[in-house]
Amino acid sequence: MIWQLDLAVLALVVVAAVGAVTIRDLLGCAILFGAYSFLMCALWSIMGAVDVAFTEASVGAGVSTVFFVAAVFRTTRRTKD
Amino acid sequence: MKKIGLLIVILTGVFLIYATADFPRWGDPASPASTHVSPRYIEKSMEETEVPNVVTSVLADYRGYDTMFETTVIFAAGVACFILLRIPGSGGPEERLYRHVPTGITIRVKDARNVPSRLAQFERIDTLWVPHDLIIKTACRILIPFIQLFALYVIAHGHHSPGGGFQGGVILGASIIVMAMSHDLRASIERMGEKVNALLCAAGVFIYAGTGALCLSMGRNFLDYAALAPLLHCDPVMARSYGIFMVEIGVGIAVMATMIRIYDNVSSAGKYDEGL
Repeated sequence: MIWQLDLAVLALVVVAAVGAVTIRDLLGCAILFGAYSFLMCALWSIMGAVDVAFTEASVGAGVSTVFFVAAVFRTTRRTKD
Repeated sequence: MKKIGLLIVILTGVFLIYATADFPRWGDPASPASTHVSPRYIEKSMEETEVPNVVTSVLADYRGYDTMFETTVIFAAGVACFILLRIPGSGGPEERLYRHVPTGITIRVKDARNVPSRLAQFERIDTLWVPHDLIIKTACRILIPFIQLFALYVIAHGHHSPGGGFQGGVILGASIIVMAMSHDLRASIERMGEKVNALLCAAGVFIYAGTGALCLSMGRNFLDYAALAPLLHCDPVMARSYGIFMVEIGVGIAVMATMIRIYDNVSSAGKYDEGL
């Protein structure tokens, strides 16, 4: 484990999480959630939990982003709050 | 209200961060999990189940009961999505769009009931999502078989490498979702119909629980795959390996069907007609 790499990925995770909560565009939120999941996947593979990282990459970054985008497509892109 | 919510969230966050101070250090060999449980699995997994990937053997054998209900939860999620969103009967908007394939001209049919019967050169396109891209269609058509092959590899090779039923099932489902996104939803439903999908969804959970029940009927505990040895003509250790594989197939089928079902319902708003 390289701590510089670990710290950089962790910082990006925080940025993606805060961005996903604060952004007003829901499509952007879905994409940021995808980025967040992918960075978590990177973090887990850094820690050596390859099975968890694989699940996160396929479920979190892959399919759930598609579900979010489909839900945004069927509802609205703007949030009221 | 917003301020109270923020206060609660911050307080909970502070408590959670405070609680992490009591955790054992990352990778600490003296932590409770690493002193009794982990060494037992790491040392005995290979000789008891013939599975080199300890994660798979823990997930599907030692903690098989847990994984069975995880699969059931996914099945329940699919059923809930279906009940909430599905609108029975033939849905679809009143007006339809058709594109003339050789020229690319789009025509609009105001009333869906009197669609002209001779539409050989026309293909139906969605009213909400009209962009048509040959490159995306072709690229996805080439990619889909490889995605599915990789998914089957992930399921079958879960004994030796990271992966297994959940991941492979999600990738299999994603290949059908890619089909729906690159062509249209009707093209994917043509290949993976609603009824087939519902049947597969339940069949996956049935395979899992059925494997457990088979062990029970052979006179051992529920999900104790060593009981399958006489049926599979192998020794009990190898039977556990095969049992894990049977269970993984069940998980893969259930997860694949559920992912496709959730996508179909969400993207078409329950009408199974026009979608993303």
